[in-house]
Amino acid sequence: MSINISETLTFECETGNYHTFCPISCVAWLYQKIEDSFFLVVGTKTCGYFLQNALGVMIFAEPRYAMAELEEGDISAQLNDYQELKRLCLQIKKDRNPSVIIWIGTCTTEIIKMDLEGMAPKLETEIGIPIVVARANGLDYAFTQGEDTVLAAMAHRCPERSLLGDEREETIQDQAMRNLFPLLPLRKGGVNPGAINNLKKHPPLVLFGSLPSTVASQLSLELRRQSIQVSGRLPAQRYTDLPSLGDGVYVCGVNPFLSRTATTLMRRRKCKLIGAPFPIGPDGTRAWIEKICSVFGIETQGLEEREQQMWETLRDYLDLVRGKSVFFMGDNLLEVSLARFLIRCGMIVYEIGIPYLDKRYQAAELLLLQNTCKEMCVPMPRIVEKPDNYNQIQRMRELQPDLAITGMAHANPLEARGINTKWSVEFTFAQIHGFTNARDVLELVTRPLRRNNSLEDLGWTSLIKGEKK
Amino acid sequence: MKLAYWMYAGPAHIGTLRVASSFKNVHAIMHAPLGDDYFNVMRSMLERERDFTPVTASIVDRHVLARGSQEKVVGNITRKDREERPDLIVLTPTCTSSILQEDLQNFVNRASVTSDSDVILADVNHYRVNELQAADRTLEQVVRYYLDKARRQETLDRSVTDKPSANIIGIFTLGFHNQHDCRELKRLLQDLDIEINQVIPEGGSVQDLRNLPKAWFNLVPYREVGLMTAIYLEKIFGMPYVSTTPMGVVDTAECIRQIQRHVNKLALVSLDRTFHYESYIDQQTKFVSQAAWFSRSIDCQNLTGKKAVVFGDATHAASMTKILAREMGIRVSCAGTYCKHDAEWFKEQVQGFCDEILITDDHTEVGDMIARVEPSAIFGTQMERHIGKRLDIPCGVISSPVHIQNFPLGYRPFLGYEGTNQIADLVYNSFTLGMEDHLLEIFGGHDTKEVITKSLSTDTDLTWNYESQLELNKIPGFVRGKIKRNTEKFARQNGIADITVEVMYAAKEALNA
Repeated sequence: MSINISETLTFECETGNYHTFCPISCVAWLYQKIEDSFFLVVGTKTCGYFLQNALGVMIFAEPRYAMAELEEGDISAQLNDYQELKRLCLQIKKDRNPSVIIWIGTCTTEIIKMDLEGMAPKLETEIGIPIVVARANGLDYAFTQGEDTVLAAMAHRCPERSLLGDEREETIQDQAMRNLFPLLPLRKGGVNPGAINNLKKHPPLVLFGSLPSTVASQLSLELRRQSIQVSGRLPAQRYTDLPSLGDGVYVCGVNPFLSRTATTLMRRRKCKLIGAPFPIGPDGTRAWIEKICSVFGIETQGLEEREQQMWETLRDYLDLVRGKSVFFMGDNLLEVSLARFLIRCGMIVYEIGIPYLDKRYQAAELLLLQNTCKEMCVPMPRIVEKPDNYNQIQRMRELQPDLAITGMAHANPLEARGINTKWSVEFTFAQIHGFTNARDVLELVTRPLRRNNSLEDLGWTSLIKGEKK
Repeated sequence: MKLAYWMYAGPAHIGTLRVASSFKNVHAIMHAPLGDDYFNVMRSMLERERDFTPVTASIVDRHVLARGSQEKVVGNITRKDREERPDLIVLTPTCTSSILQEDLQNFVNRASVTSDSDVILADVNHYRVNELQAADRTLEQVVRYYLDKARRQETLDRSVTDKPSANIIGIFTLGFHNQHDCRELKRLLQDLDIEINQVIPEGGSVQDLRNLPKAWFNLVPYREVGLMTAIYLEKIFGMPYVSTTPMGVVDTAECIRQIQRHVNKLALVSLDRTFHYESYIDQQTKFVSQAAWFSRSIDCQNLTGKKAVVFGDATHAASMTKILAREMGIRVSCAGTYCKHDAEWFKEQVQGFCDEILITDDHTEVGDMIARVEPSAIFGTQMERHIGKRLDIPCGVISSPVHIQNFPLGYRPFLGYEGTNQIADLVYNSFTLGMEDHLLEIFGGHDTKEVITKSLSTDTDLTWNYESQLELNKIPGFVRGKIKRNTEKFARQNGIADITVEVMYAAKEALNA
């Protein structure tokens, strides 16, 4: 099978049978991120059992999550669903008293057409706790898009920014960071950030996408170095700290799967979207910051040097991956950004499988991917939406990539057949954004290569008997 | 609607898929929306399967909702028939797709016309049965299908094997220690001069199912799955079955005696001899298995009268209760199970061996009971293990729901004579190690001398400001010390006295350089 060297990216849609996680899995990280929230998933035993296995041991720590399990009486409309939900929400209020209850609709609620959006406002007034409804169901969405639906729903609850004055809401952390800049020593070849003390005036900027607070701070710091202050984040650490939105507010996403949130912010809240590649990898982070700066008319300071510095620190891992080939089976919608970064690291990407690709929201990323391929002189990867896993495995048998990035349903069997794999879910939970974490991404990518190199001497490559598929 | 945090048994389709994927050369097609096929992940990761899980999801999306799934389902069945060439394709919906009330049987009929493999629809009501009941039903359905087919095609051989033989029914994927138990049962039957006719469904071939009636009897080690099949085989073919779980010394002996009875009925007639297993039982009990001797030893004397709580699936919870009470002299304050549909049998089994009985699938009730009873040890599922952690009571895991811990690479059966040793170890360790921790606590920690330098102490020349301390506390405990030391080292190297968040990040980057 030959690899087409084309000038532009090719997109296909296989509409095949592929494996990815249910979008309700977003509950696993969102309940931790939004500290005063409670997630109520309205679904069946299947959904509950999935989350129980997905949350793993965390389920024993009594997370702020529960299933409203639909039983036969609910499905056959014998019970009044409003009364049932009210009963459960009152119990949650009594046990946990959260600042917000987020109802997660599932495939089942879609099929029985349960009117969650209709019931929520009424119940909200009755019990006195805000109720946000997000339809994170597998009929329409895949895996990380669950977060997209939740953030899009929460966007409606953000307060309207008052147009009077130019108030800036500084977090304590931002203030502390600002004050302590001069104390930072000069790095070799670096720019003294202490020189940038004055924040330039610019419209408010809200970043959307759930990140661990450490990573969020790191990104804010990078923007700070360019005199840009982040005025709010969606989601905020607490529901009560939602950012103000409105006309004149600029928003920028940190993750590629947030297209719905982006459209909601633009169309319903009248914000202006900054379309940039995503801050994954030093090249992506730099492009992301550059774009934000250019929109605000600010010249970047020391950004190229910073990026170069980061590439220097990655030298040993780059030597390991250079020239190796990768195949993305696709499940978490981060594939395009990760592929672009790996190509910049010197790898070749044969195929990018992805459940869904919003070409407008990811336009800047796709362009960067294309340019990166040209600059690195490698063929453009084939982008396949809704891939068929079985066909992909056949393709992999022919292509024999050095590394397959795949979900846990296929990772072990592929390893048994001598193909190095990296299980993709780890990219969702590891810290992969920003300059500081660039090494972490390569750490994950090279781990199977490093591990299996050492096993090669033992002859333990193919561990299945006979010629099995 | 009910508020649920945790369930002991999974949804019905998981049971069906477990049975289907245990057979060799059977492929299952799940008619379900995206994300319902996490079964593939479970099987691959928990069982550490080397092969691709033979389950394909026929995705239900908006197109399917609008136009109906016939084309897609029939298309997928035909496709898998061609690609995988299985002997049998099992079609199953999940709770969600079953609401659509599509005529899946019709799709199956259509697909059967063109496909080489057999195609059946798993006949299970997703809102009325749980994982275990569905598995039981699906196994019976598959067995019945092939026996009916053989009867129609007149390929059914009703004669039994010359030598005594048995089928083991109910060993399947993702079962609690099933693989090890199977090995042990095979060994046991071999010791009794009984051949293994078939083990179903694990590793079984559907083409061989028509030979099931050739065995002299059926052995059903776990009540939850396999009983329906055994009852069917008894009704139609007159095959006797033994369903006494051979767990623990007493019950293993009882199981063997029942086997002896069934074998001798036929042996007398066809082989003109009888089998006698009493001396074998005696030998194993007293000298090969160490459990009986353990019960007599003075270590075990110390356990007499100690309180324990038992909870799990009906099979394991009942057996464990009897072992603790009968064989080890431990007082079982409460025995319980989440298999509500089997409550009567369970109550009858543990009557007289425990103080109270709890039948529930609500884990909070179990937690409350344990907190009230305050046993010295718990023998339960993973949920009880965590309840135990919270209440500081040691716990041994004796039943599904399963966790990666329950798929050890080493040989750890719960059944048979080796199983008695494993159980004795589990009981002993649960009680004793728990004691150890308490003793250490009473006598003031693990170090008797005061530690001169604690690794997490702050040097006087460095200060962490408020924000950086907050940031440090966000880091998980097991990494925190390392990050603290690295940051402080970086700070000292660069002459920084006040550690801020910025310094922390710079330290991380410096570490990578």
